[in-house]
Amino acid sequence: MFLIECPWCGVRDETEFNCVGEAHIVRPLEPEKLSDEEWADYLFMRKNPKGMHREQWLHVAGCRRYFNAERDTVTYRISATYRIGEQAPGEAGK
Amino acid sequence: MSKYSIFSLVRNAISYHENWAAAWRSPEPKQEYDVLIIGGGGHGLATAYYLAKEHGMTNIAVLEKGWIGGGNTGRNTTIVRSNYLWDESAHLYEKSMKLWEGLSQDLNYNVMFSQRGVYNLGHNLQDMRDIQRRVNANRLNGIDGHVVTPEEIKRAIPEINIDQGCRYPILGASFQPRGGVARHDAVAWGFARGADLRGVDIIQNCEVTAIRQENGAVTGVETTRGSINAKKIGVVVAGHCSVLAEMAGFRMPIESHPLQALVSEPIKPVINTVIMSNAVHGYISQSDKGDLVIGAGIDSYNGYGQRGSFPTIEHTVAAICEMFPIFRRVRMNRQWGGIVDTAPDACPIIGNTSVKGLYFNCGWGTGGFKATPGSGWVFAHNVATGEPHELNRPFALDRFVTGFLIDEHGAAGVAH
Repeated sequence: MFLIECPWCGVRDETEFNCVGEAHIVRPLEPEKLSDEEWADYLFMRKNPKGMHREQWLHVAGCRRYFNAERDTVTYRISATYRIGEQAPGEAGK
Repeated sequence: MSKYSIFSLVRNAISYHENWAAAWRSPEPKQEYDVLIIGGGGHGLATAYYLAKEHGMTNIAVLEKGWIGGGNTGRNTTIVRSNYLWDESAHLYEKSMKLWEGLSQDLNYNVMFSQRGVYNLGHNLQDMRDIQRRVNANRLNGIDGHVVTPEEIKRAIPEINIDQGCRYPILGASFQPRGGVARHDAVAWGFARGADLRGVDIIQNCEVTAIRQENGAVTGVETTRGSINAKKIGVVVAGHCSVLAEMAGFRMPIESHPLQALVSEPIKPVINTVIMSNAVHGYISQSDKGDLVIGAGIDSYNGYGQRGSFPTIEHTVAAICEMFPIFRRVRMNRQWGGIVDTAPDACPIIGNTSVKGLYFNCGWGTGGFKATPGSGWVFAHNVATGEPHELNRPFALDRFVTGFLIDEHGAAGVAH
């Protein structure tokens, strides 16, 4: 079982959390100027990498706040968790 | 290669079954093929089979990174049904159902397709309204099905708990009599043998590491067993489709999740049908060997690890125990996970891509096994002609740009 470190609450059981998908997707500032392709790209297209991944988690049965995690999608090991708006740590931060 | 029949069985019995020929060859990859199929699961092998059978193309290789049928083909809960709500899905899955009904004869290989019926349970009034609507839609599309009451379910499945006082009472179900199960390994092996007989090379332990392109068209692939040229490439890799798409330089609207299943110790015959519940995330049938085959829901996080989390299993087993109190003391034998490729609308993506000669067949998510023959059949048409078949045209990748999504997610729920 996972133990996940919520940046606000500390280490908790994985059953308290929900993964809510890829992190660092920026909503376009002027969506009306996007083409259909660009809008589809923002809305639907995902990296879905095999390996290190940045994703959003929600501490749904705790503080109910969102945060980001850096996790390996093969080993499932979480290498870092950090608050929304904070700089992502490590190599995959770009 | 000899045809399988009662006579070949008797002939081989005389030599103590020690002289059966291998069901398919293990050739070295050639320099060039007309078509490469990446992914040697059921869908990939079916594609190769129908390319050879329906379109007369035989200079084909199926590239499999592990062993054929070792991915999701060998990890699913083998349920076959076609009672989908929307016309697009209903037509596609019904095509598949029709192929299933003649598949063992067509392949000369017993895929043990057993039409023992599939129940989809409803646990609240809205479930029952949705079930009514779906059954009506199915019947308008020529797909069998009817709505059954809890008493009718109890008559058919005496072990089920229809007590109305429990947390998720059973209020009724849809029943598709033509649904059922098939032996998943046999499906892969049957298609492999059928394709091989027609000259298709099945190349195992051959992982694709790069897709080569020139002027916006594919020219071949790099693999762990050397470089292979081809003008047409069909990618049928389920959970790894994003990885292959990245090699080709684009992204897919797919997220790969672990989906788990488990089987019990073999017990005497107790369930002669398939029972699925979307609301409580559990479905169950009994294999010919006697194991209870139980499917769980997906984990919320992305994962390529072919294993899921324990709480998901616990959740499913709790649901099964409530539906079937008789199974509370059955021991579970094995548990495993597969990587399912889920699309935002829970529908597959079958068709052309922005790269000429590169075709994708993916996004089957948690319910691809039932579609194996139909998926191969339409994808073979798409690869051979370069144009989608009418059945798979609505499932094109560009539906995410045009907005013509097929919202089977709400209709099919989790156990889809």
